[in-house]
Amino acid sequence: MREWLTERAIDVAELLAAVAADGNGGTVVFLGTVRRSAEDGDVEAIEYSAYREMAEPELGRIVAEALAQWPGARIVLQHRLGVVPTGEASLVIAAAAPHRADAYAASRFVIEETKRRAPIWKKERLASGRARWVEGRPAGGER
Amino acid sequence: MPDIRVQVRLFASYAEAAGRDRMDVVLRAGATAADCLAAVRAAPWAQRVPPGPALAINRRYARGDAPLHDGDEVALIPPVAGG
Repeated sequence: MREWLTERAIDVAELLAAVAADGNGGTVVFLGTVRRSAEDGDVEAIEYSAYREMAEPELGRIVAEALAQWPGARIVLQHRLGVVPTGEASLVIAAAAPHRADAYAASRFVIEETKRRAPIWKKERLASGRARWVEGRPAGGER
Repeated sequence: MPDIRVQVRLFASYAEAAGRDRMDVVLRAGATAADCLAAVRAAPWAQRVPPGPALAINRRYARGDAPLHDGDEVALIPPVAGG
């Protein structure tokens, strides 16, 4: 059973190796990274927390749904928890398939469903030392 | 029929408001997830909990009319921000 959550910095090469196969014609890697923009103020890091016991199976269900829609695809992901500094990846998805169209589609499906369903929250840590919860989106069940 | 006991899990801003991340709730037999939510929202700290947070029963999203059973785990899911 693959581990979808980690407290460590995500190793992109490890995820690429996990989907590598002779039959792959295209591999898409998505990195969701912590950004700092003018309207966010001095965000130095984001602290991610999760309902771990549900996030693991929910991420597993999302990947299983993608594999059912795009048979022949190989998909892995890791979401990082804890404090993630600006510029570093909070989420990496690697999706490979015999044809690139499926790799792109599967990757897109997984990121959109993860954002919609994963019971994960984030708190901004500002340069001032303050911290504030980021307003999320209402969590959805399966479509 | 005997009452049922469920464990409620709280997260993020809800857990902060409550000062705890879990609580046991006793409900009448036949209670639903919505009944559990109403019981939690009756607590003084629960003004921060909106009327309709997402709900999960035993680690799967559930609707408010889903029935509960003794020993279930009910989670109040604040708006999510993963990815």
